Amino acid sequence: MEEREGELRWDGLCSRDAATRAAALDNVGQAVLRRSQSVAPGRAAGGLPAAAVRDGLSEALVRLLMLSKRCPFRDVREKSEAILSSVQELGIRIPRPLGHGPSRFIPEKETVQVGSEDAMMHALFADSFATLGRLDNVTLVMVFHPQYLESFLKTQHYLLQMDGPLPLHYRHYIGIMAAARHQCSYLVNLHVNDFLHVGGDPKWLNGLENAPQKLQNLGELNKMLAHRPWLITKEHIEQLLKTEENSWSLAELIHAVVLLTHYHSLASFTFGCGISPEIDCEGGHTFRPPSVSNYCLCDITNGYHGVDDVHASPAASIPTTESVCEVEALMEKMKQLQECRDEEEASQEEMATRFEREKRESMFVCSSEDEESAPTRDVSRHFEDTSYGYKDFSRHGMHVPTFRAQDYSWEDHGYSLVNRLYPDVGQLLDEKFHIAYNLTYNTMAMHKDVDTSMLRRAIWNYIHCMFGIRYDDYDYGEINQLLDRSFKVYIKTVVCTPEKTTKRMYDSFWRQFEHSEKGQTTLPPLPLLTTPSAPQVHVNLLLVEARMQAELLYALRAITRYMT
Amino acid sequence: MEKMARVSTALGGNTLTGRTMFCHLDAPANAISVCRDAAQVVVAGRNIFKIYSIEEEQFVEKLNLRVGRKPSLNFSCADVVWHQMDENLLATAATNGVVVTWNLGKPSRNKQDQLFTEHKRTVNKVCFHPTEVYMLLSGSQDGYMKCFDLRKKDSVSTFSGQSESVRDVQFSIRDYFTFAATFENGNVQLWDIRRPDRYERMFTAHNGPVFCCDWHPEDRGWLATGGRDKMVKVWDMNTTRAKEIYCVQTIASVARVKWRPECKHHIATCSMMVDHNIYVWDVRRPFIPSAMFEEHKDVTTGIVWRHLHDPYFLLSGSKDSTLYQHIFKDASQPIDRANPEGLCYSLYGDLAFAAKESLISSDSNRKPYIGDRRHPIFFKRKLDPTEQFEYISSSSALSVFETDVESGSMDWFVHTAKQYALAGRPLAELCDHNAKVAKGLDRNQVAQTWTMLRIIYSSLGTMSSTNLNHSMGKGSTTLPLMNSFNLKDIPSGLGSESRLDRSKGESRTENILMDSSSTLINNEDNEETEGSDVPADYLLGDVEADEDDLYMMDHENPHAEEQEYSLPQEAFPLRHEIVDNPSALDHLQDKADSPHVSGNEAETVSLTPVESFSLISISHSLYENRLPSDFFNPIVRDTLLFYAEQGDVQTAVSVLIVLGDRIRKEIDEQTQEHWYTSYIDLLQRFQLWNISNEVIKLSTCRAINCLNQASTTLHINCSNCKRPMSNRGWICDRCRQCASMCAVCHHVVKGLFVWCQGCSHGGHLQHIMKWLETSSHCPAGCGHLCEYT
Repeated sequence: MEEREGELRWDGLCSRDAATRAAALDNVGQAVLRRSQSVAPGRAAGGLPAAAVRDGLSEALVRLLMLSKRCPFRDVREKSEAILSSVQELGIRIPRPLGHGPSRFIPEKETVQVGSEDAMMHALFADSFATLGRLDNVTLVMVFHPQYLESFLKTQHYLLQMDGPLPLHYRHYIGIMAAARHQCSYLVNLHVNDFLHVGGDPKWLNGLENAPQKLQNLGELNKMLAHRPWLITKEHIEQLLKTEENSWSLAELIHAVVLLTHYHSLASFTFGCGISPEIDCEGGHTFRPPSVSNYCLCDITNGYHGVDDVHASPAASIPTTESVCEVEALMEKMKQLQECRDEEEASQEEMATRFEREKRESMFVCSSEDEESAPTRDVSRHFEDTSYGYKDFSRHGMHVPTFRAQDYSWEDHGYSLVNRLYPDVGQLLDEKFHIAYNLTYNTMAMHKDVDTSMLRRAIWNYIHCMFGIRYDDYDYGEINQLLDRSFKVYIKTVVCTPEKTTKRMYDSFWRQFEHSEKGQTTLPPLPLLTTPSAPQVHVNLLLVEARMQAELLYALRAITRYMT
Repeated sequence: MEKMARVSTALGGNTLTGRTMFCHLDAPANAISVCRDAAQVVVAGRNIFKIYSIEEEQFVEKLNLRVGRKPSLNFSCADVVWHQMDENLLATAATNGVVVTWNLGKPSRNKQDQLFTEHKRTVNKVCFHPTEVYMLLSGSQDGYMKCFDLRKKDSVSTFSGQSESVRDVQFSIRDYFTFAATFENGNVQLWDIRRPDRYERMFTAHNGPVFCCDWHPEDRGWLATGGRDKMVKVWDMNTTRAKEIYCVQTIASVARVKWRPECKHHIATCSMMVDHNIYVWDVRRPFIPSAMFEEHKDVTTGIVWRHLHDPYFLLSGSKDSTLYQHIFKDASQPIDRANPEGLCYSLYGDLAFAAKESLISSDSNRKPYIGDRRHPIFFKRKLDPTEQFEYISSSSALSVFETDVESGSMDWFVHTAKQYALAGRPLAELCDHNAKVAKGLDRNQVAQTWTMLRIIYSSLGTMSSTNLNHSMGKGSTTLPLMNSFNLKDIPSGLGSESRLDRSKGESRTENILMDSSSTLINNEDNEETEGSDVPADYLLGDVEADEDDLYMMDHENPHAEEQEYSLPQEAFPLRHEIVDNPSALDHLQDKADSPHVSGNEAETVSLTPVESFSLISISHSLYENRLPSDFFNPIVRDTLLFYAEQGDVQTAVSVLIVLGDRIRKEIDEQTQEHWYTSYIDLLQRFQLWNISNEVIKLSTCRAINCLNQASTTLHINCSNCKRPMSNRGWICDRCRQCASMCAVCHHVVKGLFVWCQGCSHGGHLQHIMKWLETSSHCPAGCGHLCEYT
């Protein structure tokens, strides 16, 4: 069959060697053109099944489109574009990207344009492209914080591709399971491709019940980790590890747990930053000419219809002038808190109740947009028990003891356990947490040299508070002072029910900063960072890492208890 | 009770007695501390704060300091310390960042004395000054250390480490003003209490957090630190730069370290995670703990020696909610279960063997080494007289056996490799050639093998029977005895260990085969026994000189078969255990004569296969019957396997290549591949690159064949910007300049590039050579005096 022989080979494109890339691309280009000619209108499609050819062709075209937009190497971008236009000249409809840039929440012009990145970013892009064969939207958004991105990519690469106890296809399948828990079709699509690429059995994708029993056993842990990690006990671990045919080994379990938490939190990031579908994935492109309809599939999935929600949170209507003041106010508060700490010493009881209050309040802080959007796009196939979701930690009737951070901390305990069972990962995660927690540029809106550690700590601890983790040495009153309600709504939604995040929520927190910045392009107007939109991404990184650490802590504590 | 008597002397009359005992606490402990008089211990944790008195048989709860209806976080202790001067004074570090002092002398039920709420984060450690009553030091997660004067309400001074959270602070026991602080980022800082502005000294001690430190109670400058990187390190602070003098690698992150009183080199450690035991290490023996306490069921969180001058009683608290008193004599000593022997080869083939002295001495009672040039060099570790608690087992002896330089020579290997012809000629010629080569190197058996191969595989009738007879007679090899072939030429450097083991095993079987007389050879005591004389002499006769000396053998052995004696002998650094009868065994194997011969018992010393039936006659008759040539394949296969097994993979591979398809099918792929790789590895170690490449080329294994097709890419860096050249061309992508220009002709060098390592200029080999003939300066004009050799 001639078509088989003309099978497209994309692997050469990932090479760092320009000549290799050029050669690979030439091959691709020729093959595509050959096919295009065979299906071009006005030509009888030989004896070949035209439909099949067309399918293969459109796949290739989409891929080329992706390359033309998202390849860190200029030569590849230009060349793919050239191929596309020559295909178009043959009268074949070529795809165009849907959506605007890597994120729906961040205006495309603010994101880093591929091709205009600086040297460090370029190196990161090239790394990412060389290892993954693509430059995904998550990377494009995270590149606002290159230092973090580097650590993130390193960790992810290690988890997915380097030596580890689990086989490659298992790793991607676990990624799918975890992302599906949050109905994150973006990540699911991405990893379905990867899963098939490393030789996974397509049958598994029909649902968890088609996967090996071993992975099915992990379903329960996945569910709890994602939504109510505090319920994980050593019995659950025992269940997985007990000797039988489909049992897990400790090292495998740690690997799985790290993967699960990684993808749960990455799902949070995806929704929190409104990552658009990849160009070459479903919903990321269209063959239709523009102007027909302007929403993409993912928006529906996420309950965002491009129409303003009726239940807008009150914060959305704060006038501009007031907002400017709010930056000042926030800073003032931080300063006050810093100074007044010693004087106004809250009694111990007071401190204890503050945590409880914050915990309880976090319960009421929830988005008013509670509409249940049924998971679309067969994402639901990958997990069972769709009704299981986040339940507030402090809901009445359930008494789960507070997790004391001092008794089981990542630095002292978690790290040692992970590093022991899955060498090097402890170190990588440690670095990642560290970078995320300490990331600061000492700026706040238009103010420079601001110590933002207080704000960062408040966010971090607020997230841990929602998971019932308490720091003895933290005054939870600070959270109330520093984080306003709309921000809390956003945090809570992203961390607990990321699939419900909307652009409205995203816009509503710290919108004051956004507003205050209007019209200025030179002055860095955002609270933690210098690039527009970067602070929101920064916040998301904090959320992601704090959530991952919280889940990990619960899981690792259970494992430790099992081991002792 | 002898033990008790010794204890009492150590304490100067104030005897501590007791046994290993424990009590249940209500909650997990975070830290413990003892009272100066060693009679009481305080246990602190998140939900517990109690004082127990240590009785003879049990712990008795004395006081619960956790009072009040609704205990506040101030009671949630991360650390506790009992003052060593004032027995009423305690201090705790609370998880909420408060430092609390307690006065047991207070009449009220609540003994809380003072509250210092200056730290913003959890306080990890508190520490009293060893001699000053009112001075308290604290280290906190917020990165600050604070010094409090208990007579004042606030801290006297604050020390900022500028490097993350403080995990431990410890006053120096000897230096009044000094304290050490350890940090989460791996640093250790030394401070002078009078100078809060900056530290005196800082160094990075560990990779990752340093959880704990402890000053040596006697040695002024010694500081022990323990970290998350699973190390315990002892630093000598007397020098200008802190010097790591000891390092102990444990199996889990180290949570606490405590020097053992009265034992200069002993230190107790417990770990933060996973491992629940308490270890006492002798820092000079970092590989095995000298004592181990295994009582706890969860991680140990606090350890403390019960008395400042008593090394036998250790108290510990744990997450499993128990408080233990460990008695040293009940400790398990891993050393008892360890196998204290070590064996190692040096680069030059010397063998070192270390074992417990007791083992060695019992062994050497037989004194077999007297007069031996290779007499083992003994090192005995003298017991340290200052160390009263040294274990007897810690004395060990090290023997070093030197190898005779010449005997280790592998010249024959190199020569053989160079001279063998492996392809390109008819089989018969190849065999003949190789046989000649082997013969030339006095490797008669190999030569013999080649000749036989020729007979078996090349056309028949070309060889006269006399010819055959001749060669056979010389080689003294008979086919039925093929399996007892022995090669002298085993590469001694590689794989010798395994060979030793093997020969040991084999010798046993041969011993069985042999008659009693030859068995007796192995037994030196019975050396003179009847009947053993001749075979023994024969067998041992051609040992290398030194071994002859060793056995005082009669060297003037008048036996025939001179050619046998002239065989090159590859001596072996012998492994200690088999030194008893080494030469005998070796010779049994080294000699081509077989058990068959020696088993003939007789005084027939002659080795000519008189009695053994000869191959020649058989093969002749076989050939006459026109047997197919692959009739012998199993035998040839066995031969090759045997050679490989003997370590002479060279012969095996060479035969394999020469015979090619004739034999290839007989041997499974994996074995072949294994042979090839070993041979190629050997060749490469002798830097016989061309030959190894030829072998690769000639090999029929796919895995081997593709070896010289892998990694044929040459990566180059641009000489200007030092970045890798990603392009194929000769122009660097980044700096847009031609890389590697010739300094003479200013063209790009595309072939051999030679450059001066002094000034890094260079160019075409020819050009530079020519240039330097006439001038001694660099052609680039940089003024450097280049040298070309």
